[in-house]
Amino acid sequence: MSVTEKDVRYVANLARLKLPENEVKSLANDMNKILEYMELLNEVDTSNVAPLEHVIELDSRLRTDKAEKPLDHDDALKNAPDADSDYFRVPKVIE
Amino acid sequence: MTISEAREKVFSGEVKLRQIVEQYINKIESDNEEINAFVYTDFEGALAQAEEVQNRIDEGSAGKLAGVVMGIKDLICERNKPTTCASEILEGFESVYDATVIKRLKAEDAILIGRVNMDEFAMGSTNEYSKYGAVKNPNNTEMVPGGSSGGSAATVAADMATATLGSDTGGSIRQPASYCGIVGLKPTYGRVSRYGLVAFASSFDCIGPLSHNVEDAARILDVIAGFDERDNTSSHREKSDYVHAVQNPQKNIKIGVPEEFFGEGLDDEIKKSIEDILSKLEAGGAELVPIHLPHTKYGIATYYILATAEASSNLARYDGIRYGHRANKDEMVDELKLEEQALTEKVAAAVGEEKIALQKELAMMDSPLARLYKKSRTEGFGSEVKRRIMLGTYVLSAGYYDAYYGKAQKVRRLIQNDYKEAFEKVDVIVSPTAPTTAFKLGEKLDDPVQMYLNDIFTTTANLAGICGISVPAGTHSNGLPFGIQFMADAFEETKVLNAGRLVELLK
Repeated sequence: MSVTEKDVRYVANLARLKLPENEVKSLANDMNKILEYMELLNEVDTSNVAPLEHVIELDSRLRTDKAEKPLDHDDALKNAPDADSDYFRVPKVIE
Repeated sequence: MTISEAREKVFSGEVKLRQIVEQYINKIESDNEEINAFVYTDFEGALAQAEEVQNRIDEGSAGKLAGVVMGIKDLICERNKPTTCASEILEGFESVYDATVIKRLKAEDAILIGRVNMDEFAMGSTNEYSKYGAVKNPNNTEMVPGGSSGGSAATVAADMATATLGSDTGGSIRQPASYCGIVGLKPTYGRVSRYGLVAFASSFDCIGPLSHNVEDAARILDVIAGFDERDNTSSHREKSDYVHAVQNPQKNIKIGVPEEFFGEGLDDEIKKSIEDILSKLEAGGAELVPIHLPHTKYGIATYYILATAEASSNLARYDGIRYGHRANKDEMVDELKLEEQALTEKVAAAVGEEKIALQKELAMMDSPLARLYKKSRTEGFGSEVKRRIMLGTYVLSAGYYDAYYGKAQKVRRLIQNDYKEAFEKVDVIVSPTAPTTAFKLGEKLDDPVQMYLNDIFTTTANLAGICGISVPAGTHSNGLPFGIQFMADAFEETKVLNAGRLVELLK
């Protein structure tokens, strides 16, 4: 499996990145090097192994159903790059 | 200055807490410019805290960490202080709440003096990938301090704080502790709440202390460990008496020595020093048990598949909408218009299949909002973070999921099984913390695979979810320190602390 520049552009779109052409080239190169190293795993027989999803036994319990103070409105908007007094602002998406 | 030394001084009345804080302020002012460990300091706040804590000391109601001054890795939220993860994408971000570990430190009267440098989003092994620039190793400023908690380790090594908090996803506490010559403890997955820790790889991330000695690590763990209803992955298990374990170490422990960790690639001097330490521990009553961890060599590949996959998902939240860097909207709209125009002209000029392809491209063009996400993210993330997001997205993408992610999850179980079997026979497993001492700044930046291989002895503990500690083991003929690592089964922190203490007692 080899990562082409086309693959890099495709993946960049999935990852919501817009890469300049010179970075596309160097990333294809890096990703191939790294993925080539990862091929090492192919020598392990995992045919009867279940995937490990949780490293410790999770002991989920319900918390007491008690309302707590939510994040303050001003705090929630404090770090917004653009907001009015009530909402986050984004560029228009519907013409 | 260790925690007990600091406490001795303030509780005996020899000095006021204010003087201790001032001493650290002076040290930070004189050394930080070169070391570059602190990225934000709050001296005024620290001095004000000192007054309050002093009152409680005088009244006899002070907490377990009264006297302690700490730096916090810049990815653990402290209310009204910046949390940037050393990334441009979080430039100017101020936390709106305290992480649970911060609440617990404050409740025990620790003074938090500032935020310390790190690799961007904890992705790196040298602390060179930071928007604030590289951290220097206080033992030799031409060398890296290790990473990603490089600032946390350098702060302690340069004595700019009593101790620090770091985070360990694949070795990010233990490896810099080794390079800087201090103690670093990675608790068991689930031992310490991660509420308020900025997520990198959620099935690996752990918060832990970096400190001058093993007892200090135990004292901090004692405060930060324990269930938190705000973190569903935190464990309900009672914590142990960590400080007692360090103060009363057992000598007759069973130490597993895995052949796989002492092979090729390990520096000869480090190998010899660790063997010497083991002989001395054996002479003191420990039993050395040869063991095998046959899947060790798959650790790095497994780790980098799973961790990048999780990172690509976790870092999807940085979209420039609710917080963080947002690209210039007007520039973005202009750019998009120009692209659309150019493409429209191309469509008009093209014929046949090419025309159809170009028409398709035109129809698929980003909406202004999608482009805003993309531009904000591309401008905000650094090169290593983008590389990992790309890798992670790739291994999760349709057609590759089973070959990479699914496969790695299975190998992860085999690695965990290796450890489970080993811990039926031994109390702790010993290894070097890193294959070499610290290397020169810039030396490994060009080769991501070489950089990743640096984590070879540390990532498996994160893969297995167990705990590990790095304790200074000696000084190399090149003048740099290196660590010895002990790992123990999940929730057996007392065992690694015990073993670490035995190494300290050899000196």
